[in-house]
Amino acid sequence: MRRLMAVLRARNLEFVRDRSSLGWNIMLPILLVLGLAFIFSGTQRPMFKVAVLTEGDLADELHPFLNTQYVDFFPVADEDRYRVRLGRHQVDMLLDLRQAVPRYWINTQSAKGYFLDKLIRTDPVPGLQGGTVTGAEIRYVDWLVPGVLGMNMTFSALFGVGYVIVRYRKSGYLKRLHATPLTALEFLLAQVFSRLMLIMIISSGVFTATNAILDFPMEGRYLDLFLIAALGAVSMIALGLTIASRVESEELAGGLLNLVSWPMMLVSGVWFSLDGAHPWIQTAAQIFPLTHVLEGARAIMLDGLTLSDLSYNVGALVLMSVVFLALGAGLFKWAPD
Amino acid sequence: MTSRQPVLTVDNVSKRFRSLEAVRGISFSVNEGDCFGLLGPNGAGKTTTVEMLEGISIPSSGRVRYRDGPLDGRYREAAGIQFQSTALQDYLTVREHLRLFASLYKHSLPIEELVELCALGEFADRDARKLSGGQRQRLLLAISLVNDPDVLFLDEPTTGLDPQARRNFWSLIRGIKGRGKSIVLTTHYMEEAYLLCDEIAIMDHGRIIAEGTPDALLAQHFRDVVLELPKDDFPNTGAPHRWTMLETERTVEILTDDVNGAVRWLLEAGASLARLQVRPRNLEDLFLELTGRELRP
Repeated sequence: MRRLMAVLRARNLEFVRDRSSLGWNIMLPILLVLGLAFIFSGTQRPMFKVAVLTEGDLADELHPFLNTQYVDFFPVADEDRYRVRLGRHQVDMLLDLRQAVPRYWINTQSAKGYFLDKLIRTDPVPGLQGGTVTGAEIRYVDWLVPGVLGMNMTFSALFGVGYVIVRYRKSGYLKRLHATPLTALEFLLAQVFSRLMLIMIISSGVFTATNAILDFPMEGRYLDLFLIAALGAVSMIALGLTIASRVESEELAGGLLNLVSWPMMLVSGVWFSLDGAHPWIQTAAQIFPLTHVLEGARAIMLDGLTLSDLSYNVGALVLMSVVFLALGAGLFKWAPD
Repeated sequence: MTSRQPVLTVDNVSKRFRSLEAVRGISFSVNEGDCFGLLGPNGAGKTTTVEMLEGISIPSSGRVRYRDGPLDGRYREAAGIQFQSTALQDYLTVREHLRLFASLYKHSLPIEELVELCALGEFADRDARKLSGGQRQRLLLAISLVNDPDVLFLDEPTTGLDPQARRNFWSLIRGIKGRGKSIVLTTHYMEEAYLLCDEIAIMDHGRIIAEGTPDALLAQHFRDVVLELPKDDFPNTGAPHRWTMLETERTVEILTDDVNGAVRWLLEAGASLARLQVRPRNLEDLFLELTGRELRP
């Protein structure tokens, strides 16, 4: 324990004194908060953009379609220019209200154009009955923020630890440590705890600051959210250690870390829900720690579940942490060949 | 000296890296309190040998014993190592490095004692990245002494140091020897080996080609001395065949055991002896004699 604490302390001192690295680790989350606050604060964002050719001001009375919600209507004068922009998917529809009989154009290759076409031609369906649901409103941002925090955590865990280990190995520092009684497991655990402290301090700070601006729903307990995030961070740091366990060059380490991190970003549900995705993608996503962190965090925040309700995700993260750490320690190489 | 107990015993040790046999069945022992010098040209197998002695690398065959036991956890606590080139953790001061390494051992010397022993006081609170070459080597020496080791390994510790820093380092090593430590030293500086080592082994092509005390090895291989003259002062007539002659770019060396005869011949040939140097053969001569003068690839 004394050896582990000594290496942990030295690593923390190195990190805190490396101003540029520390600065970037603080700046990136601040930029994330500002970016999220800018994009998602205020009213609901419109889903469609419609350029309207009109002689005068744009008034709702000009055409009933202009009353449609979640559509951004804006007046334009240059028809040719906006036909080009429509072709390039920069607007979703061009509506001409200059004549007595309105005309419109859509891009046949645009999904949004397809729906706008359906909307503008809507006729009541005889006998069709509609209903509404009520409940706590979940905005996209409420769903997205755990994903963005998880992504930040992933990059910090994988690259922050992986690169450091490879740098230590390449420079011969690991070889020097190997000449002491320090064991591979002690060294690796020190790296895990050091990075875990950093990730949890920064993630908690970003969550608190973003929450102050965007006011997320929190149906579950903050302690559960903290614990699942910490467990996820440990498993991802351990994954980074495993990847870096034998690598001798930063270039190869970068390639391997990207090879793992990008598929994880895409299929773990950072940006969009995996509901409806191909079953094998949903199955493949289960091998990534980030999937379990995000499923767990969203279930705690949005559905009020507790850790005991999330035993599958918690178990998967514990298992991954143990397996990755054991692999990392077993494969660990102190010095280049 | 030889009655002392061996601290390390190397018994028919070999090391292969795929098709390359870097070390080929070497045997020797390092006695308690001795400074044992391992010399040899680049690629001779010194570093591979030392790494096996340090326990960093496992022999392909043969065995290395520490006080009649294996190189186990007990040995890790008892060995102090200064590698040829060691990186340290960034952003830590000299004192913080010593504290870090001291914490890795069960038993360690007080930090202030190490600071004093290795003359680190002036820069003990300086970031280790900002040390000069000599200061850095002293810090690495202090780190290797942090566990008050029974055996100390110094792998080319003065390479790249200026003459002043090198001499300063030598006096530190003498101080450490005075504390009864056994030392294994590799070096390319023959003067260093001669001054510090009680026993040396010269390696080439993975084998030990000579072993003994420096004086015994010199006595065993040389009976002659060297008379050295600048080329300009050397007679044009050429020397008698009974003497071995060595020409360098600026000097001519006569290797002879008949100094009077050689001086007499030089005077008779009209040579100016104002710049004549007479010196006994040294370890460098022995090294070149045994390993050859040609440039190694």
